[in-house]
Amino acid sequence: MSFHDNLNTYLILALFLLMMGIYGMIRHKTFIGMLISSELVLNGAGLNFMAFNKFLAPDPAVGQIFTLFIMGIAAAEAAIAISFILAVYRKFTTGDPQGVTDLKG
Amino acid sequence: MNVLMDVLFFGFVVLTMAGALLAVRAGVLMHAVLGLAISLLGVAGLYLYLGSPFLTLMQVLIYVGAICVVLVFGIMVGYTPNEVAEKVAMGRNAFLGLLASGTAAFFLMVMVIGRTTWVPAAHRLGDFSIEHVGEGLLLTWCLAFELISVVLLIAIVGAIILARGGREEVSR
Repeated sequence: MSFHDNLNTYLILALFLLMMGIYGMIRHKTFIGMLISSELVLNGAGLNFMAFNKFLAPDPAVGQIFTLFIMGIAAAEAAIAISFILAVYRKFTTGDPQGVTDLKG
Repeated sequence: MNVLMDVLFFGFVVLTMAGALLAVRAGVLMHAVLGLAISLLGVAGLYLYLGSPFLTLMQVLIYVGAICVVLVFGIMVGYTPNEVAEKVAMGRNAFLGLLASGTAAFFLMVMVIGRTTWVPAAHRLGDFSIEHVGEGLLLTWCLAFELISVVLLIAIVGAIILARGGREEVSR
């Protein structure tokens, strides 16, 4: 059995993407950096769906359709998040999450 | 032929992992977007191995084509060059703690994956073809499909409203 016919290969790769995404969310000090990391997490989820779809699922169309939905949601999320970031940048003139502290006591 | 497929597969895996590392570790945000695009291209190649050329095309079109361009626009419009370079504000101890806990969690989950016996479905309905996917989208998952388009419409309108509001704030 070669590597690309093995479910575990894809699962471990998706796990790697998830871990990298979480690490990036902690490490990046800008809003857009966090957004980039969240895209990595979403991609890991999509890869998981496709892997289970190929090897286990009874209907091979379902996983593809759900991955397509994840992509659509990710596109909407990116558009909304970018406009949020732009609005915050115009109001606070900073892209630094630590600088947005209007509600701080 | 088989060897070529193996080599290509490893190429895509390396592309995915290296891109993810670049996206996370880059000091300049534009490099992080480049890393994200490379990683997404690698995953697109893996979708080919998972039996779906359609999803490969969609991945390149939506993720690499649309989302990365939106991110690049966000960086170019929103940030002055001085702020693009990130501060690495994390201390050494915090980094080591994060590394240790992350590695432990990773190997724990790898063990969970290795020990689980996955049971394939007894029999399959349909195939991987794009016709079958289209039938599913328009018959079984029709409501979700239409809701996604409404969500996208609302997201676009909301994005325009949010971005416009900020501009009026500045001009006052």
